[in-house]
Amino acid sequence: MKKVYQRPRSLRDVPMHYCPGCGHSIIHRLIAELLDEMGLRDSAICVPPAGCAVLAYYYLDIDMVEAPHGRATAVATGIKRVRPDNLVFSYQGDGDLAAIGTAEALHTANRGENITVIFVNNAVYGMTGGQMAPTTLAGMKTTTTPAGRKPKSEGPPIRVCELLSGLANTVYLERTAVNSPANVIKTKKAIRKAFSVQQKKAGFSLVEILSPCPTNWRMDTVASCTWIDEVMAREFPLGVIKEVPC
Amino acid sequence: MTKKLMYGTHAIGEAAIQAGCTCYFGYPITPQNELPEYMSQRLPEVPGGVFIQAESELAAINMVLGASVAGARAMTSSSSPGISLKQEGISFLAGSELPAVIVNIMRGGPGLGNIAPAQSDYFQATRGGGHGDYRLVVFAPASVQEMADLTFHAFDVADEYRTPVMILGDGMLGQMMEPVVMPKPRKGKKAAEKDYILTGAKGRPARLVKSLILDTKDMEEHNWKLVRKFKRIEERETRWEGYMLDDAEMVVIAYGTAARIARGAINRLRREDSNLRVGMIRPITVSPFPVKAIRDAAQTIKDFFVFEMSTGQMVDDVRLALEGQGTIHFYGRPGGVVPSARELGRSIARRYYQAIRKRKQ
Repeated sequence: MKKVYQRPRSLRDVPMHYCPGCGHSIIHRLIAELLDEMGLRDSAICVPPAGCAVLAYYYLDIDMVEAPHGRATAVATGIKRVRPDNLVFSYQGDGDLAAIGTAEALHTANRGENITVIFVNNAVYGMTGGQMAPTTLAGMKTTTTPAGRKPKSEGPPIRVCELLSGLANTVYLERTAVNSPANVIKTKKAIRKAFSVQQKKAGFSLVEILSPCPTNWRMDTVASCTWIDEVMAREFPLGVIKEVPC
Repeated sequence: MTKKLMYGTHAIGEAAIQAGCTCYFGYPITPQNELPEYMSQRLPEVPGGVFIQAESELAAINMVLGASVAGARAMTSSSSPGISLKQEGISFLAGSELPAVIVNIMRGGPGLGNIAPAQSDYFQATRGGGHGDYRLVVFAPASVQEMADLTFHAFDVADEYRTPVMILGDGMLGQMMEPVVMPKPRKGKKAAEKDYILTGAKGRPARLVKSLILDTKDMEEHNWKLVRKFKRIEERETRWEGYMLDDAEMVVIAYGTAARIARGAINRLRREDSNLRVGMIRPITVSPFPVKAIRDAAQTIKDFFVFEMSTGQMVDDVRLALEGQGTIHFYGRPGGVVPSARELGRSIARRYYQAIRKRKQ
């Protein structure tokens, strides 16, 4: 019998700690599949974030270094400048990248560092218990916006891809989601594209992935996936936000 | 061995390059801007040389972390307020056991303070500075030559013990010029293989460098491991210099710029008054602190005169070293004030004769 599905070599054979319905495990798997398919496992170096995905280093079977909260792109910059031929990518959440690490992300993109950022946007701080994130939607209730986020005083959600698209040295920016089989396939395609941009030494690439967090959204897993389509993707439109031919 | 007239900051930069440092990341702050400027010119001439003017001190120290975990010898520098910002990264370097060299050209503080030479950051440098249970190795040069020598040495110490190391200077040392014989790498000396660095997991198990240890027992063991490491450093790397101690009745304890002034004061006092027998212990490592040297001196000498360009920080370490023996006299000049050797000498002489009178009573 032909084997049609198996655990990727780059993914460890261990149970994950993620909540049911969480998007991280899907994204981890996509990365692992791509590292296998593109033959990049042996050269990959990943910088996971502070947050739920900090434990990515127990799941991805590749070289990893932990960064302080928000500093992943600075750490990745240091690694990539020393090892330009390795595949270097950071894996960051919305609080990590778009709040405490905004300066690092913006300037890494502006320098055009030849790295890839996997940016997981689930509109809340997951690990710490569902507080308001920079990407929390207007009116959305979180543990620190019990009456809903007020854009007038708490700011509207930040669209990271659009923000970075104005910088001359960003090469590839795409927003996808992992809430349906079709979107999972598109996400894989986007990450493949981002990794290949880096392989061509073309410059900075980022894939923003809308990812369900049923636990902190106080929804069941199906409702979370529907909510991404009906609410979240309206605020954060899916698709290629910027692509410079390379 | 040719001598070259160099600025302190330039001597640090060149010594770092001679030591094999290929990566420098920094952010502008006075009085140390000449160092990143020097590196921006010099590193592009070095194979694999990387210079980045970072967007912040936070980014700079984390670029150091990245370069270090990738296997390079990496350095950053700043001055007091900027060093405060780097503390998070220094704590991560210590926790993840990654080598790095951090230069602090101290100025007056707290807050924005001023840009004049001071020794205001002794506590921050020697007491961890960042969060968590760790110690930093801190060298305190007192001349431009020593800035070169200790920077060169710092990279070896950082690599050998997998620890961040700090060079603690001040605006005076950074901005003055003195003749320097630049240390050169020994021919044929190969750097030790680093078995923890990230190169991509080709043909070996994947590597993981981190400081997150959720299991409390494992975290406790990691903390004790760092303590054992620092004990080894204490035994093998502690450095100090004695000056005119043979007949001394009183010992001045001072480091860095303060020690230079103290040396001048001691020379002047001894020249003017042959009865005034004052010597000096100059810590070269302020962390680990030369406890044994001070304890040994306390067997015959009763009076210790601590001089710092601060309100009194190292004096605590002297007190701890003496464990109640002897008498401590303190003279501090914070805020960027640099007293003359004559001023300091007057204070030393007054305390010296007061101490002798007291002993006779």
